[in-house]
Amino acid sequence: MLRIWRNNQLHALRPNLWDGLAFLIVILLFALLAFAATQMATPYHVGEALIIHLNPSYLPYYALRTVLRMFIALFFSLLFTFIVGALAAKNKHAERFIIPAIDILQSVPILGFLSITIVIFIALFPNSILGPECAAIFVIFTSQVWNITLGFYQSLKTLPYDLKEAASMFHLSTWQRFWRIEVPFAMPGLIWNIMMSMSASWFFVVASEAITVNHQNIFLPGIGSYIAVAIKEAHFSAVAYAIITMLIVILLYDQILFRPLIQWSERFKMDVSNEKRPTALLVLLLNKTRLLHYLGSFFAKLFVLLTSLRLGQSIVALERETSRSRYTQITVWLYYCLILTLCLIAIIALARFIFHSLTVSQVLQVLLLGIYTTIRVVVLIFLCSLIWVPVGVWVGMRSQATQIIQPIAQFLASFPANLVFPIVVILIVKFNLNVEIWTAPLMILGTQWYILFNVIAGAASLPKELCLAAKNFNVKGWLWWRKLILPGIFPFYVTGAMTAAGGAWNASIVAEVVSWGAHTLRATGLGAYIATYTATGNFPKIALGISVMCLYVLLINRLVWQPMYNLAQKRFQLY
Amino acid sequence: MSEKLIELKSIKKIFRNDPQQELLVLEDVSFSMCEGEIVALLGRSGSGKSTLLRIIAGLIEPTAGEVYYRNKKVNGPVHGIAMVFQSFALMPWLTVLQNVELGLEALGVKKEERRQRALKAIDIVGLDGFESAFPKELSGGMRQRVGFARALVVEPNLLLMDEPFSSLDVLTSDNLRNDLLELWEEGRAKLKGILLVTHDIYEAISMADRILIFDSNPGKILHDLPVHLPRPRDDELPAFKNLLDKIYTLMTSSSSDIEAETKIDLSYRVPDAQVSELIGLLETIEYEEAEGALDFSYLAEIVQLDVDELLALTEVLDILHFTKSQDGGIHLTEAGEKFANADILEQKKIFARHLMQYIPLVKRICDVLRKRSNNKVSKKYFLAELEDYFSDEDAERVLRVIIEWGRFAELFAYDDNTGKLSLENPE
Repeated sequence: MLRIWRNNQLHALRPNLWDGLAFLIVILLFALLAFAATQMATPYHVGEALIIHLNPSYLPYYALRTVLRMFIALFFSLLFTFIVGALAAKNKHAERFIIPAIDILQSVPILGFLSITIVIFIALFPNSILGPECAAIFVIFTSQVWNITLGFYQSLKTLPYDLKEAASMFHLSTWQRFWRIEVPFAMPGLIWNIMMSMSASWFFVVASEAITVNHQNIFLPGIGSYIAVAIKEAHFSAVAYAIITMLIVILLYDQILFRPLIQWSERFKMDVSNEKRPTALLVLLLNKTRLLHYLGSFFAKLFVLLTSLRLGQSIVALERETSRSRYTQITVWLYYCLILTLCLIAIIALARFIFHSLTVSQVLQVLLLGIYTTIRVVVLIFLCSLIWVPVGVWVGMRSQATQIIQPIAQFLASFPANLVFPIVVILIVKFNLNVEIWTAPLMILGTQWYILFNVIAGAASLPKELCLAAKNFNVKGWLWWRKLILPGIFPFYVTGAMTAAGGAWNASIVAEVVSWGAHTLRATGLGAYIATYTATGNFPKIALGISVMCLYVLLINRLVWQPMYNLAQKRFQLY
Repeated sequence: MSEKLIELKSIKKIFRNDPQQELLVLEDVSFSMCEGEIVALLGRSGSGKSTLLRIIAGLIEPTAGEVYYRNKKVNGPVHGIAMVFQSFALMPWLTVLQNVELGLEALGVKKEERRQRALKAIDIVGLDGFESAFPKELSGGMRQRVGFARALVVEPNLLLMDEPFSSLDVLTSDNLRNDLLELWEEGRAKLKGILLVTHDIYEAISMADRILIFDSNPGKILHDLPVHLPRPRDDELPAFKNLLDKIYTLMTSSSSDIEAETKIDLSYRVPDAQVSELIGLLETIEYEEAEGALDFSYLAEIVQLDVDELLALTEVLDILHFTKSQDGGIHLTEAGEKFANADILEQKKIFARHLMQYIPLVKRICDVLRKRSNNKVSKKYFLAELEDYFSDEDAERVLRVIIEWGRFAELFAYDDNTGKLSLENPE
């Protein structure tokens, strides 16, 4: 039976011009990454200065190192996700522990960790730069992994029951089921979360490359270190170069990696959507090449080969009558005992560690600092909402404006705002502004865009009929806002504001203490407290600061955002 | 007598959500099916017939009793049994060809053979030319054809079908049914038997050699009817119509038994019936009714409802004493007549009176509300009470239906934000 497959129409085997171009790009990418990887493992001793050159010609190399760190972290995030996320979705005992743990880890200020983890990693790789390198990668990992894992877990939990049944009926093994059913089903969410995580982690990559251990500065080659040195030397044009480089890098990885991925993941969606697909240069290129097609189908074949291994049991009744053996009962019981013991040990250890060298009044002092930072976050979210909600609605109601503004807002959200901090610092120093007030906007600089693009998305998805109905009844002015727009965009706004607030907390660690050359501006707040003691390596105080920040973030999440989110889900979701 | 394909021996299934809560879904179900037979399991939704199908498929383990496939006990999914799903259950990320190949891949069939067999199966179900399409590009009927191809490609002896046509429109399902029958008659698919779950009487008669009528609460086989009509079966023939009427009679008498045999109490599983549907049906009956009772088969035709939906409505009307169904026919009671002719405000009053009188749960809610000083009670209170009788999901559903009725009758009000029920007119 001879048939023509739509997927590979072989008109000619001869490679074309596009083949050459695409081939070059792929080879180049591999070569560059390999080169950067060899640089990571060079010998190094703590105390040895790693020189960062401010000459812009070094910037592409630094950018490469930074990007490599991100992808290594991403690799581990995915590994973690596939193991832990799947475990949580399939074993209810594991689920009970993993999901709340991740929920908490999500709100932990990542940057505070750096000074603690680096000590561990330097001990692990004593005479190599790998120690600080791993510490930086670990920070990036922690900034990426949680929402990817949670997203994957949620996808697995919502896997339609009939697909599971079909898989059982057709005797798919556990391994096959995971790769052929579960991972593909989770794919659109997975890609989306990876994208969000990558955007968020730019911020941390920049902050984690310049590390201070025991009063010793380590500058890992990368954009973050570059900008740290530029700030130290008050080198304005270097800061500008770094910003430009960053813009280019983000544009490139968006075009080369994410747009193609999103376009590809469309096929994994369960239902047909009329959304406009993002176009990507690389996809256009790919569609024109044949060589890459072969390369692609080679990897696809490899994937199929690996995933169709018949590992694990294949004959599974989905619902067994519950007749648990004594043995499993004991295992489960032991498991809970272990978790309980670990929790107790952790509480005691933490309390002893903190109170060993600190007094109650110091703790109260830190709690007070937390309130200052809370006030900043609340005021900032409020101000940003006042500005961006009307703008977002205006843009969202006009489809042409949306098409232009929306990608820009998303782009700005992924741009590491700490790169532009120096500009603000220069302004504050120059005009002699109040440090307590004017450093605050730095916290929200990077995350305000989440409010904007969520509001745009909300306004754009309002059904046209509703707007027409409002017009028909002559609903105008404040009434229009109150009865139509604000309820309409509420679920989107809550998502945006929640993300923005979470980001602001994290950013406070780098935003409350900023410097430019010899000037160092220090605001009063929890972020400044953590940053200060991180620089001097005072571990009990860092631990206290982080614990208090966790506490605040968790309390606010539970008391403010969670109820608002639930309300949005229940009341304001358009059926 | 040809060989036994499957045999069920006193299957019983209890669902347990938590230790205190047990739901008897199937009780003492026994039957066997021989090679060369198409058997239809006909019953109303929630009667446990889909659960039974999954027990036969080895997807669910029975609480008691055994399933034998060709004299071998079924302990999990068996080679030789394939299934077609109501919702198709196709992998959206795989093309038609890949979807069909999936089952073979899991069996470890070599690539060449796999492709050849998949193409043949696609050919058999008439999907030629769609091999590289993704399921979302296809219409419902075409998707179900993929479902058939995927099931047939593993060359099963027994094909299980769980309401395979019920999510398709009338024309498409007719077309697909005929194609499947043709395939069966010509013996192209090497099938030895088909077991079909359906709630569509018409579908059961036009396909099956035997119809097993299922009763609900708990599910059990009520009647085992052989169908001796020549194929293709013309629904205009008197024999077809007689059988249709007979089955309606059997099914309605089984449902009206509920009222006669068991007293209706809090544990009564209220069917999904919206107020507007109930009123609409009453008014239709009033309009159509000439003398004596109205035939169910005729009523089903004019209101364009399948038996499942229709019986849910008439059951409620019977219980509320607005109608009386017997022997496959239905007629209005005096109260029903009055209701149908009343205006909406009057209808509300009559409805309220009958709810209070005949639905114990409504009365119970009103009593509890009256006892409270502020006349307000959380919905959770009643849910907890209902969970003694139903699964959580069913309890939610029953209460939702009751709340809708109560709101219409202006007996009580409900605030979804606070989740509180309150008395409409506190005394």
